[in-house]
Amino acid sequence: MKVSLNWLREYIDINLPLADLADRLTMAGIEVSGMPVTGGNLGNIVVGQIVAINPHPNADRLTLVTIDLGTEQSTVVCGAPNLRLGDKVAFAHVDAQLIDPRSGQVCRLKPAKIRGVTSSGMACSEKELGISDSHEGIMILSEEAPVGTSLADYLGDTVLDLEVTPNRPDCLSVIGIAREIAALTGQSLHLAEISYKASTSPIDSQISVEIVDPDLCPRYCASLVTGIKVAESPQWLQQRLLNCGMRPINNIVDVTNYVMLEYGQPLHAFDYHRIRGKKIVVRRATAGEVIVSLDWVKRTLDENMLVIADEERAVAIAGVMGGANSEVTESATTLLLESANFNPASIHRTGSLLRLPSEACMRFERGIRPELTIPALKRATHLILQLAGGKAAKGLADVYPGKRDSEPILLSTEMVERVLGVEFGFDQIVSVLSSLGFDCKPSASVSEVRVTAPYWRSDIQQAVDLVEEVARIIGYDKIPATMLSQQLPRQNPDPIINLKRQVRYSLIGYGFDEIVTYSLTSSDMLNKLLTEPRPLEPVPLRMANPMTAEQEYLRTNLRANLLDALASNRRHEDGNIRLFELGKVYLPRPNDLPSEPEVLCGVLSGSRLERSWQGGYDSFDFYEAKGVVEGLLSQVDVEASFEKGGDESLHPVKQATIIVDGNRVGVVGELHPKVSPAFDISETVYLFEIDLSSLLPFTIGHKMFQPILRFPTIVRDIALIVDTGVTHQQVSNIISSFPLVKQVSIFDAYVGEPIPPGKKSLAYRITFQSPTHTMTDDEVSKVQQKTLSKLSSELGAMPRS
Amino acid sequence: MLKQLEELKLKVLRELEEVSEIKELESWRVRYLGKKSELTRILRSLATLPLEQRKTIGALANEVRADLESSLKQKRQTLREAQVVIQTKEEQFDTTLPGRPLPIGHLHPITQTLYEICDIFISMGFQVVEGPEVEWDYYNFESLNIPKEHPARDTMSTLWVDSKAESDERCMLLRTHTTSMQLRVMEKTPPPLRVIIPGKVYRYEASDATHTPMFHQIDGLVVDKGITMADLKGTLYEVVRRFFGEDRKVRFRCDYFPFVEPGAEMAIECSVCSGNGCRLCGNSGWIEILGAGMTHPQVLQRAGLDPEVYSGFAFGMGVDRIPMLRYWIDNIRLFYNSDLRFLRQF
Ligand SMILES: [Zn+2]
Repeated sequence: MKVSLNWLREYIDINLPLADLADRLTMAGIEVSGMPVTGGNLGNIVVGQIVAINPHPNADRLTLVTIDLGTEQSTVVCGAPNLRLGDKVAFAHVDAQLIDPRSGQVCRLKPAKIRGVTSSGMACSEKELGISDSHEGIMILSEEAPVGTSLADYLGDTVLDLEVTPNRPDCLSVIGIAREIAALTGQSLHLAEISYKASTSPIDSQISVEIVDPDLCPRYCASLVTGIKVAESPQWLQQRLLNCGMRPINNIVDVTNYVMLEYGQPLHAFDYHRIRGKKIVVRRATAGEVIVSLDWVKRTLDENMLVIADEERAVAIAGVMGGANSEVTESATTLLLESANFNPASIHRTGSLLRLPSEACMRFERGIRPELTIPALKRATHLILQLAGGKAAKGLADVYPGKRDSEPILLSTEMVERVLGVEFGFDQIVSVLSSLGFDCKPSASVSEVRVTAPYWRSDIQQAVDLVEEVARIIGYDKIPATMLSQQLPRQNPDPIINLKRQVRYSLIGYGFDEIVTYSLTSSDMLNKLLTEPRPLEPVPLRMANPMTAEQEYLRTNLRANLLDALASNRRHEDGNIRLFELGKVYLPRPNDLPSEPEVLCGVLSGSRLERSWQGGYDSFDFYEAKGVVEGLLSQVDVEASFEKGGDESLHPVKQATIIVDGNRVGVVGELHPKVSPAFDISETVYLFEIDLSSLLPFTIGHKMFQPILRFPTIVRDIALIVDTGVTHQQVSNIISSFPLVKQVSIFDAYVGEPIPPGKKSLAYRITFQSPTHTMTDDEVSKVQQKTLSKLSSELGAMPRS
Repeated sequence: MLKQLEELKLKVLRELEEVSEIKELESWRVRYLGKKSELTRILRSLATLPLEQRKTIGALANEVRADLESSLKQKRQTLREAQVVIQTKEEQFDTTLPGRPLPIGHLHPITQTLYEICDIFISMGFQVVEGPEVEWDYYNFESLNIPKEHPARDTMSTLWVDSKAESDERCMLLRTHTTSMQLRVMEKTPPPLRVIIPGKVYRYEASDATHTPMFHQIDGLVVDKGITMADLKGTLYEVVRRFFGEDRKVRFRCDYFPFVEPGAEMAIECSVCSGNGCRLCGNSGWIEILGAGMTHPQVLQRAGLDPEVYSGFAFGMGVDRIPMLRYWIDNIRLFYNSDLRFLRQF
């Protein structure tokens, strides 16, 4: 909302510096986001009057114009066609900043010699002044413009750019802002009663108004003006509209806009002679009813949209836009001026469905009050009589089915203190509320006041709303800052929050960089993970109003985005890349919100270490990825087993399912070579994925201390030859099954000469320890022997000689 | 025999003198102090001598032994020191060569910021709570005094989920703010409550340098008996002081959010222009960082709480802006592009 300072000054005296005013308004809830000065570039330009027009001695199309500037006269060369003796014009002295009409660039006026005649100054067009695009002739100022005054003083103004919150439709008006300033500065508002001379012919005999749907239209008022002349608005009016960001059109439309900006009440003017049957009917549209709106677009309405109709057809979409069939054109002579109140939700719905947001819509949908219709209508009628002539019919049409009185609200000083945490006196509270136009009456209790909000404050519903009024006018900076003094509430933190933090910190310790990617993705992206085309499983949730196809679905996994990130980083990063993301995936559930498990996914590619002068530049492999998973799990005290996996996007052999206590919690493996090209990946990629929400219950177990044994350990190495089908897990399980075996670790796995084909060699280091005594060599050898024979009988393992 | 001992001592010590390597010391020791050495033999043979001789020779032999041992010790020390001198003086060693590289990972700057802010609140007795990102219209809007057709909905363009179940009248959406958790928290846990709610939020917004369709917020909610706006102000001032530093100027002004009354907005002085106005702060000198207010009585009532008994405050802040302000990051999209050249800077 833009408000002109000159306009405000018609309603309120502003005695404090502008910066302070802006600060007060901002603190009180109406943010001043800028204060541009219009006419800031009008230096060296003054109001002049044409006192002589003579032909140019050397050119037919040019004239020599003498302009009176008050203290001096100046004769300049001019080519404009619209010169008239006595007209007031904008005269630019040498050095004035003007806009070059051809290039649009700002330039400084220099003295010039045109066809032999020196010209030091010029009469400017609107375009040259930067006021509008008009360059057909020089700008003619109003007759009242005082000769010799600087144009900046005459046309210039300061515009307050205000951010008005949606609860304050009353502040979408000059008067509303003036009221705020009045309360904030202790000044009083100059608001005169408006009256005009009306004809003897009563309005009721010329128009009838019927409200069929009072739920959508609480009040409908209108005035009638006959014998008007549609014309251009005077300069001052046009300038004000321009300063407030509206385009002047003609005196009638301009007045409706002007009064809307001034009072906050949208108005609409109909050409009375185009209203059939001399009747206004306010009703819901019929389903599929069509109207051509003012912008000449055919609009199809539904039965929940409100129209203004005459006896035969809709003539306006109520509160949203007028109809072309009743528009005030240049030939109009009689006006029906509408000032009505409509249901906010209905206007919002219609405005957004028809995609016709407008200044009027914005005011209606925020809930202006029916009481506003009459003052605004009187003001507009008065202005039209002034600017377009004509006679107003006697009286106003006023149908008001939605009349209701404001309920008084009880406010106590205790209540104010209870909310704000600071005590304000009864008198101070009453004085603040009164300054805002609230009616304050005593109540039964001495510390309590009965407050009735003025009609324009549609946002005031209950006592806390009044507390805010008190606080914001006195100033939020008068509220002290205290620390919470209540007892600490009981804490029951969700353990997943801690698990996520622990996992994140572990992973960065392992050298992983965290990424955060969009939860919204495309079906293309999800399909890249499939090795053959088929429907996605699970079916991802789709947006009803996606912005783009790239962000149409909610992700069901993290891998697609990670692989994509890996590929895009590979374009500029040739070292190792370890990435992870920890976030939600969204799995649909019937008739409910989706489940949103927290998933961890990581990818690795390239070398294990950065290339170093000490060597050691080897590549990632499956066991690197598995090592990360094992490391993570051991840090959260979870024991997992790794079983043959069946994940479609992973290498059919080089993958394992992570099983904890019989539950699948994740996978680790190499990306399927069929999948990597879809992501534009040409290297081998290792990936792991853990569903932290499934893992969580196993991380919460109770841990028991293991005593440190004081008897020495004895270490033995064994080497075995087994069938290639035998797994490390099988061997290690058998060895660990002996109670005196403290630890088993594999230190070599080998296939090839001299091991016969179909066989492999595995070498283990076994650590023996007894909790009760120092073991002897004999004792250890016996256990070792038993181990070997069990390995032989169950797995066919032979000791390697 | 005494003479023999004296000669032995001189000879042996002369030999020790000539030893130049630490490892030769051991063979010297074995030779002259070991079990088979001449000295040991002499000491053993003492028993066969008459008492008078035994005393004098024994005493001398032990004296010689002690002499040799201390000389050995001294020699070892001297050689060691010499060796250290050589090791530390003569060897060429380039300490400027880089260390063996360890893989270094980085937490995402948004995660770092979230943890930093959460930790400040945790230290003030707040509990972290998380909730669903796909949410019902009720929790995101209706329960917060934002019914259908409310103009406040226009300021939070919503991404709606295409939910196929037609029997279900409820509308599913991607939450537009973490405030959507407020009523859920109040419904689940009776007061006193002190929670913060970090998380992702979504808007129907084309991305540009300052907007992305997904970003992060932290909401806070305190409900108890006797909570006041002064407590809200004090809590937020303390958080800003700890996060942005002691001297940062703060502005606390009236603002409007449908679910609080009175409502407030907090801004901090722009660090780029120190309050003089610049492009970053839109010439205002202030950077708005959060919206706040006293929990609206209707919201409390919806959670079954009596606003005559309980009161509360709530606040919500955008998280992405904070590292942007701190590190002068000029494009929010960098957070979500996964570019390691960006992420490895934090
Ligand atoms: Zn700044």
